[in-house]
This record gives sequence, C-alpha cells and structure tokens, in this order.
Amino acid sequence: MRRLPDRGRVDHGHRVSFSWDGRTVEGLRGDTLASALLANGIRVLGSSVLMSRPRGVVGDGVSDPHAFAQVGAGDATEPLMRMHQVETHDGLAAASRIHQGILPTGADPDRFEKRHAHCDVLVAGGGPAGLAAALAAAEQGARVILVDDHPGLGGAVLGEDLILDDEPADHWVRHAEERLRANPDVTVLTRTTVFNVGDQGAVALMERVSEHVPADRRHGRALRRLWQVRTHQLVVATGATERPLVFADNDRPGVMLAGGVRGLLHRYGLVPDRCVVFTTNDSAYRTAIDLIGAGVEVPCVVDVRPDPSGPLVRRARDLGIEVRTASAVIATDPDAEGALAGVRIVGLDGGAEEAVACDVLAVSGGWDPLMDLHHHVGGQARWDAEQLCFVPEGTVDGLRLAGAAAGVFGTAACRRDGHLVGLVAAEATGFGSAADGPAAPAAEEDHAGAPADFVVVPGTDPVHAFVDQHRDVTIAGVERALGSGLHHVEHLKRYTLVGTGTEQGRTAKVNAGRMAADRFGLPFAEVGVSNARPPAQPVTFGALAGRALGARFDPVRTTSIHPWHVAHGAVFEDVGQWKRPWFFPQGAEDMDAAVLRECAAVREAVGMMDASTLGKIDVKGADAGAFLDRLYTGVMSTLKPGRARYGVMCKADGMVMDDGVVLRLADDRFLVTTTTGGAAGVLDWMEDFLQTEWPDLDVWLTSVTEQWATVAVVGPRSRDVMASLAPDLDATQDAFKFMQVEEAVVAGMAARVARISFSGELAFEISVPMTWGLALWEAVFAAGQPFGITPYGTESMHVLRAEKGYFIVGQETDGTVTPLDLGLDWMVADKEFVGRRSLRRSDMLRDDRKQLVGILPAERLPEGAQLVEDADFEIPVPMIGHVTSSYDSAALGRPFGLALVRKGRDRIGETIYAPLADRTVAVEIVDPVIFDQEGARRDG
Amino acid sequence: MFQIRCPYCGPRDEPEFKYGGQAHVAYPSDPEALSDEEWARFLFFRDNSKGRYAERWNHAAGCRRWFNVIRDTGTHELVGSYRVGEQPADAR
Ligand SMILES: [Zn+2]
Repeated sequence: MRRLPDRGRVDHGHRVSFSWDGRTVEGLRGDTLASALLANGIRVLGSSVLMSRPRGVVGDGVSDPHAFAQVGAGDATEPLMRMHQVETHDGLAAASRIHQGILPTGADPDRFEKRHAHCDVLVAGGGPAGLAAALAAAEQGARVILVDDHPGLGGAVLGEDLILDDEPADHWVRHAEERLRANPDVTVLTRTTVFNVGDQGAVALMERVSEHVPADRRHGRALRRLWQVRTHQLVVATGATERPLVFADNDRPGVMLAGGVRGLLHRYGLVPDRCVVFTTNDSAYRTAIDLIGAGVEVPCVVDVRPDPSGPLVRRARDLGIEVRTASAVIATDPDAEGALAGVRIVGLDGGAEEAVACDVLAVSGGWDPLMDLHHHVGGQARWDAEQLCFVPEGTVDGLRLAGAAAGVFGTAACRRDGHLVGLVAAEATGFGSAADGPAAPAAEEDHAGAPADFVVVPGTDPVHAFVDQHRDVTIAGVERALGSGLHHVEHLKRYTLVGTGTEQGRTAKVNAGRMAADRFGLPFAEVGVSNARPPAQPVTFGALAGRALGARFDPVRTTSIHPWHVAHGAVFEDVGQWKRPWFFPQGAEDMDAAVLRECAAVREAVGMMDASTLGKIDVKGADAGAFLDRLYTGVMSTLKPGRARYGVMCKADGMVMDDGVVLRLADDRFLVTTTTGGAAGVLDWMEDFLQTEWPDLDVWLTSVTEQWATVAVVGPRSRDVMASLAPDLDATQDAFKFMQVEEAVVAGMAARVARISFSGELAFEISVPMTWGLALWEAVFAAGQPFGITPYGTESMHVLRAEKGYFIVGQETDGTVTPLDLGLDWMVADKEFVGRRSLRRSDMLRDDRKQLVGILPAERLPEGAQLVEDADFEIPVPMIGHVTSSYDSAALGRPFGLALVRKGRDRIGETIYAPLADRTVAVEIVDPVIFDQEGARRDG
Repeated sequence: MFQIRCPYCGPRDEPEFKYGGQAHVAYPSDPEALSDEEWARFLFFRDNSKGRYAERWNHAAGCRRWFNVIRDTGTHELVGSYRVGEQPADAR
C-alpha cells in the first residue's frame, strides 16, 4: 500500500525509525507496526503455522488473525504482540513471528505495576456508544471509568468517514471527550484493554503505560499497569468485528477486511493501488466510496446479492463504481512473493470466470458484535436472522452491552443506545432515574439493504479455502472433522483448532459454526459458536506478577538472631517462609561433615540452636485447659502452672496434624508451641473450633511466634552454661526438673527457661522478647565457650531427634498416619478429642497398617526409598513400607533412619530390603528409639 | 474474584478470605455413639449441589471471624452473609 501525504491521523511531519527483522524501517508518529510495514510495501508478515503460506495484514484491529510480531530485544522481548496495538517509536525492535513467538530465557528487565480502583460504572470501549454511556452515567452523578484500547477515543469513528449531527463525527467525539475529562468523577484510560470480567464486578484492565515511547524516555515508568477494578455496573461497548468470506486462496496477503481497508485509509492515510470489493452487505460499499474519494482505482464491487439497493449502493453507483451483482470472488492470483495480484470473479448464476487485477481485495461477510466480556460471565447469545449475526440474549447481573456490541449498528444509533444504557447503569447504581434523565440524542432510521446469508463461495476449491487463517484450517479440514462425527462446535474447535488462536478466532468462529449447521441441516441458532474465554486479549505474565518478584514474591521471615547466623556462615533452609540455619560449616566442611561435628558436640559437650521460629500461641481464659483437652490427644488441663507437656493433635479423620510442647504459665494461661511450618494452620484450626463449635468457652487465642526469641542450650554441659548465664537460677536436677518452666534472669534479661528436649539430651530452652534475641544468643555463645559450645542447625536437630525415634510432622507423617501408627498409644488419653472416633474406624484397626520403626541399613538410604520383604524379587513386587528419615549418626557411628513399615512393630529384628536403581540394600528393623533407649541422658 | 460481605467488616475482596466448606455441618456431639458409617458420613460426605449453597468463610486477613455465605454455585451470585449461630434466612 502507499501513503497519501494528506490523509490519516498520523503526524506526516514526524518520522520514526525502527527495525524489522534487523533492517531499518521508517514510519510516522501515530503509526502502528502494521501500518508502518504496509506503508513500506511490506505485505508479507510471515508464514502460516502449519502450511507455511505467506500471510499479511487482514484488518486494522485486534481480531486480525496474522498481525502478530516479536517485539523487543534481549530479555525484554515479547512474543505475539498485536501489531495493530504496537505503536512505532525510535528504537523499536520487531521481528516477523506471526504465529509462534520466542520466550526470553532471563529475568524480564521491564517493570510492571498494579493498581486497584473502584467505580460505579465502568465503560469498556470509547466509540460513540461507550462515550455516550460514560457521559450519561457521569451526568447522573456516577463515578465512571472509561476504557479504550486505542491511543485516542472515538472507536470506529477514527477509522471511518462518518457524519453525526450533520458534522464530521470527530467533532462530537472531541466535544464528548472534553466533557468527560472535565468531570473529576470520570477517569479516562486510553491504551487500556479490559481483558477479564469476574464475579461481583471484578474487572481486570491492562494499561500500556510507556511501551509506546522509546526506552530512554520512559523515565522509570512501568511498561504496563494491571488495574483491578471493582465496579457496580459494567457497560460493554466494544463494537463489532468484521467477518471474512471463504473462497480459494482467501489467505493471500492483500485479501483484507473491507472495514480494515477503510481504517488503514482514515487512521494512517494508507491506500491500495487497485482495490476490488467483495461483499454480502452494504457496509463494504463505504470502502469503495472512500477509496474513490481518495483517488484510488476501484474496478468493481462484487456483491453476492442479486439486487442490492441501499443508500450506500446508490451512492457507489452514482460515483460510477461498477457493481457486479449476484457474483462472487472464487479464487485469487498470486504475485511473485505469493501476495495478491488479482481475483477471479464468477457469476453465481453461472457464466465464465473473469480475472481482475488488484493489489487489495476488501471483503465483508457481515459484522459480529464483540461480546467476549459478556461471555466471560456466562452471558448468552442468540442468532439474529435479520442482521445475520449473534447478538446478546438477555443480560448478566451488572453487565450491559451497548452499541454494536449489542447488535445496534450505525453511528447515531450506537450513540443513542449508549446514552440509554448509561442512564440505566447509573440508575442501577443508585444515581438518578433513567426515565427522567437527559433526553437521548436522535438516530435516523437505518435504510441499509438486507445482507445476504452467505459464507462459502459455491464451487470453491476446499483444500485452499481458509475458514480459520490463524490456525490454517480449511474447508477440507472442517469437513473432515464434521465427517468424523464431531457434531458440536466445541468438539469441532478442539479437533480442528478453529477459534483457538491468539486472537481467539474472532474472524473464524461464526463461519465455522455456520458450516457445521449447514452440514447437519440444523438451524444455526441451535449450533451456535464456540465460547469465548478470558483473557479477551493475551496478557504478559510479568504484568500479572507486577512487582511481586524476587524478594517481593513471598515474605521472608527471619529471627532477630539471623544476622549472627549470616555473619557466621550458616547455610540456610527454607521452612515455610522462615529462613533457618541448616548447618554451620567450618572451613571447607561439607554438610555431612558439619552435621557429624555438630551432633557429636551436642552429645558430648553442648550445642545451641535458634528455636525462635517454632510457632507459639498464647491460649488464655478460664476454659483454656478444657479447650486444649478437646484438641490434643492428651490431657492438658491437669498440668500444673510452671510445667510443660508434649502434645499431639489430629484432624477429624484421626491423622496427625501437628505436635509441640504445651507450657502452663498460669491457671488461665497456656503457651502452645507448634511446628515451624504448622503455626498458622494450628491457630486457624483452634480459632475455627472456638468460634464455630464451642463459642461458649472462655478462651482467647493470640499468635506470639514473633514476640519471643528462643535459644535451645543442649547437651551434657548445658547445665554448666546455665549456671554461668543465670547464677540466680537453681538449675540442679532437684530444683529444675524435666518439663519444668521457670522465670529467671538470664544474662541480665528477664527470661523464661524450660527444660524441654528434642534431642534426648539435658537441655534448656531460654525465651526472651524477640528484640533481645541476638543479645541472648551472643551471651549464650560467650558463656558456652569454656565448654566448647557449638551452634547447630536444623539438619543436626533432625539427626539428633531421629536417633531418639522422635517423628517430625510432615516427614514421618503425610496425612495418612495416626498417633497409633507412630506408637504414641501412651499419648492417646481415654477422653473425647477431635479425631478420636476416627481411631477405631475399621481401616484404622487393620493389623497391617504401616507403623513407625527404626532402621539400620547397610548403607545410608535415600529418603523415600521403598522397602520390600525379600532380597530376591520379581517385579511387580509389593512394597511394604518406605524410608521417612535417613542419616549418618555420629553417636552410632553408622547410617540409620526411620521408616513406616507394614506391621513394623511385629517385625523388629527382621531384615527387609531397599531396592535401589542398581543394587538392593539390606535393612534391619529396630525399635524407633535407637540411641539411649533407657533415656539416661535427659537429666544430664 | 468474589467480593464477599463479612458480617463484621463489610464487603472485601476474596483474597482476604479463606474458604471453609459447607456450612451447618456440626462436629458430632457424641462421636463415640455413631456407627462407622455415620461417622464416615460426617467426615467425608458433603453436598455438591447446583444452586443456593450455604458455606463457611473466614475473614483470615481481616477480623479473623468465621461466618456463613449463601452462594449460588450455578451463577456465583453471593446472595448474602450471616454470622455463626444465625440461620440462612438471616442472610443479607
Ligand atoms: Zn471481617
């Protein structure tokens, strides 16, 4: 196509330079990537996805099935960008990739952001209907957001030569925009797309904030902004999209939609050299009329109707344009690169085929209302047999359609409809009364002739006639699917991929459905078209993520002691959102070496661990003890203040949910500790029962996890460390027994000290307010130096507890393990608690359940290794269990582990086997308590 | 994304809430008196109906209160909310 120097809305005096497939191309300010390429004579955008056929620009909007390109360089590159939306600017880098893009491999250097907003009426679409709706609703007092995906408002007015109120329609658009922008309760968002409508007026918008300006002029602004708007009413005024016709080689670059050809003229000043028009309706005559007015040669309008007679037809004839009635284009001829060089015209009543040379064929098979947003919320459609298109059937609560999207055609009629819908939307929101609102502007009657019900040109070669150009689906492809018995359009869609493209097949779906209806002799209304799904337009993941990337993706929780761990080279493990020291390597130690050293130190001298991440819940009230009795398998109400007890809780299904030590601080106050990862879930669980099952109980729950730092001092020399740290605390065995809690001054700080052990060793857990945690830790470390105190991490903690047969929730348990499976029969009290009834369900009483055992394998096994009965087996072989924990033990001088094994307790002393990829390892089953079975070390 | 009316805080966006399944399924007052089948019905069986459905929500990132919502599972219409201890008829 060529550019006329005085037409279009581009800035003819301002050239921009960008790259296309590596070569430098010039465009004008105001050009899109599509228009700039066409202005440079680039007709072939790329080749099609399956058949590698040349493809070019088809329309001037986002329904275009081919106008996609790779945009941006390096890790900023984005695939499948809509070429009619990409605005050219200096430095833009784009490449031909119309159907399959390239994803960047590195992190996206672009910045995206999010914004939330509320309004009474959100209007999608800034054409005559949307502008009128926004104006009417705003005048009634509603807060309005008007959204349009173009750089400027006006919608179809920008791409046509239209008259409103006896003036160019532009004048009314500018006037409407001024009034809207002057209203402080109206937000106008251009370059913004409504891509999703959810429940209760949740609308998602994508705003192109700075992608249309060169990177060096973005000044830190986000590339795009995701708007999450909650609106009371949504007015969908998204217009209509034109439907192509089906004939041989209808996919050649140069075969375009008639409205798209007008849009290229009126928006960008682009015209063909010679243009044939092929239509089933009056609207395409505008293309012939506008092109003649621009000095373009129009050899003929080919109209399938025998007697077209509307006003536009008369005007075309008055201008001397030849109208070939009852005729059709049946095929096209290529030029050297496969683009359009001419068309073959046939009479529908017979007669010879005639070749007419042209570089553009402007096609119109009618107009389809764009109702995607209506469909997103379950809106229905019906076939309008007069207008020959699907129109909305009824409305979904809170969503109204206006203008062409509602099946109302004509500029004045759309404006009138928008005004009326805007009033109704405002009234529904509580603003004014539609009946008493400002009078609707008049709309003259539409005298257009009836369109023809026509899709496929009779006698067309089915192998080269495309129904869905984006997906390369031909008549032959559709017929093959229909012949295979796929009767439903949704099945046809899945089989052929008709309508599944990046542009959602907006130009293909109606024709495909129509062909299915014809084939089965069914009314089209019954067959319908496949459904539109969100997002209405492709959305970059980066824009959905916004700034929630890297460190902002998820909160990172650290204790007040964390800086010390970092300074001393800890390797960290993520436990939920917490960063916990995994181990503290010294020198060139690897994890195994560090863990052996740490464990040996705890067993032989003294170690220290940051236990601050354990969940802590303050349970207060007169009924606190009774409340805990109902949740734990054991009894907590009999605990004396100043004492602690270990507890396990189950889900209602009897499976272990969490465990921890419960401290009674006072008659009416307990401190419950939970696993690090389970804290929030346990608090939720407690709140649920308290609020919904036992609201009569006097109990108050408070999470205090982050209020207390806890340092565990563990090992045979821990009492010596305590004596140094807290000289006023009598830590002798007689004065300070296992599971006793004391208030004491430790290193000058008011502290709570508890004799709790998760290693089997003599141990003291010291808790102080979180802000003092680091001071406490440093004091413990200093006081422990004479005894060789060794900081240790979660891995050593795991090894030490496993040597004692202590399970870990989530490691030994997986939601299918009961307290009885773990051998905790002694902890299941004879009283009611949540989940108790489940423990005698028939499946729980089976004698072949998996039970917790200790294992002594011949070599260290991978955790998760399956266990079998015999060394010699043939596959398939029954699995009788699996390894849940597996470590090397410094104390035992050998590998060991824990496992869940069928009838495990009966098998103690037996040898079973772990088949690995290339060998089978013998595994001796032992009691879960492997180290210090008599418990002699607990009291030092 | 739903907009849910917390009976204590008013309408808020769905991400502030946690779902709690079907409402009015009380923990049995005397579980030991139930047969295995009766207990299994309480544990594992819930209605999965089309239309108005009473369900539990917790305003987890707000007041942390549990309450009930009537939702139409066919249309996603949130018909109303009511407090624990109230009946569906109290929904508004
Ligand atoms: Zn609330």
